[in-house]
Amino acid sequence: MSTPPPVIQVERAHGPVVEGEALVSEEGFSPRYDLDRWTGVITKPGHKLEGSSIVDKICFFPTAKGGIAAGWAFYDIKWKKIAPKAFIFGVTNPVMVQGAIFAGIPITEGWAPHPAQALKTGDWVRVDPGRRVIEVLRRG
Amino acid sequence: MLAGEHGEAVRRAIAYQVEVGRFWGAQRFVPVSNVHMMGDIEVMGDGGLDYLREQAALGARCVVGTTTNARCIDFAHCERLKQDAREAGKERELIACLRKMDVITADTCINYQTIYQPHLGEHVAWGDTGTVIYANSVFGARSNFESGPAALAAGLTGRTPEYGFHLDRHRRGSFTVELRASLDDLADWGAVGKLIGEPHQSYWSVPVFHGYRRAPSADELKHLGAALASYGSMGMFHFVGVTPEAPTIEAALGGSAPRERVVITDADIERVYAGYDLQDRDARLVVFSGPQQSLLEMKRLAELFDGRRIRDGSACFVTTNSAVLAQARSLGYLKRVEDAGVTVLEGVCFYILQNLSAMRTANRWTNMVSNSAKIVNIIGAHRFNTILRRTGECVEIACTGVLK
Repeated sequence: MSTPPPVIQVERAHGPVVEGEALVSEEGFSPRYDLDRWTGVITKPGHKLEGSSIVDKICFFPTAKGGIAAGWAFYDIKWKKIAPKAFIFGVTNPVMVQGAIFAGIPITEGWAPHPAQALKTGDWVRVDPGRRVIEVLRRG
Repeated sequence: MLAGEHGEAVRRAIAYQVEVGRFWGAQRFVPVSNVHMMGDIEVMGDGGLDYLREQAALGARCVVGTTTNARCIDFAHCERLKQDAREAGKERELIACLRKMDVITADTCINYQTIYQPHLGEHVAWGDTGTVIYANSVFGARSNFESGPAALAAGLTGRTPEYGFHLDRHRRGSFTVELRASLDDLADWGAVGKLIGEPHQSYWSVPVFHGYRRAPSADELKHLGAALASYGSMGMFHFVGVTPEAPTIEAALGGSAPRERVVITDADIERVYAGYDLQDRDARLVVFSGPQQSLLEMKRLAELFDGRRIRDGSACFVTTNSAVLAQARSLGYLKRVEDAGVTVLEGVCFYILQNLSAMRTANRWTNMVSNSAKIVNIIGAHRFNTILRRTGECVEIACTGVLK
């Protein structure tokens, strides 16, 4: 018998079911302050994920940073085909949600348990916004 | 609207708003009387422009007064700043699309000072963040941070989902801040925003200020709010005896006990100024922007720059909107500032200037000095080292090239 996959419950969610590689950050995120919007690489000097690409990843961020301009930025990176597959936030703000929904990128807020207890960067995960769960399918 | 009776553009807008509202558990929509949206080629990119073309072609028209935020190009200065001519072309097309949708391209982040002052309890859909926190706090109006696409949708439908700051329960103060500091300069108010915003970073955190020795001015509250929103992602504050929902500390807290009690003294403010790394002491770039200057700020700059001259090799930028610029011109403030060698840009914010990173590289700027705590916080992505200084000191730095 195999053990059931670890599951994270989320509080709020939007978008279709997606699967992908997890990218787990200890630091918050803004597509304006932290991201190179031409390559999809986090370039803000000193960011905990500096040098990591968010392209096609399931991105876990504890908080949202940044102002109103972030709302267009998600659509912009989706248009350039450098968007992540989903944004998973501990706490987010309206701009991130408006931006992700506008761009058609799945987004969730609130998590239990904390992702650090359930998964690592490189694990293969499935985000199911309808059921409000994130499952770890394979270890990276 | 969802059935398409008001056309495809409105159907798309309301369907999008329904999804956003559902995420936040909104029970219903509230009508909005005014919309303020961010939309320019630097923030939108080609994808955003394409979306606007589509919406304009579908016959989208705003049904409530909808104004635009500061943008990335002042066409009068575009060539001199070596901004990309192709991007400037797209910006012109973008502005034409917005006008076709009946958007008022006022290009300002101080709409609350020059265009529209909502009343207590009035629902609006505004962005940028500085406009939202001013609306919620100083006017007692009700808005969430509405990003460009969300604000435009509100302009087309005349409503917004009811969540966040539209609801009483999110407007109550969560902690108190006693202001024992003197706070004589606008930069001091931004420093308060940094001191309170950074350690309490959350959209749902609402500070209650009290104990200040006098009533603050509109520009002081503008710098406080812009910094709180920028450093703390906050959308509302109370100021006891000043803002309409805070006749007393108890009323501002809505009957709850404060989560924390903070005190700000002169020593705290001085520590903010002392905390900046001056790097190579490059003092060749001084900026008065983010938010745009009010007429009163322009008057002060005219007095400070009167008879002075920007140091050779240095650059000083001021941004404001067309209304303030026209008045500053007729009152003679503009001439005094420009005679000192200052570049005054219209309808833009320095932070989102198209090609800013390239400008920094071409001029080999290391540092950016400003009296705005907000711009000092947000411009880091363009790899500036930033330093907050008081307004008078900024003028001195621009004229002497000496950074202490």
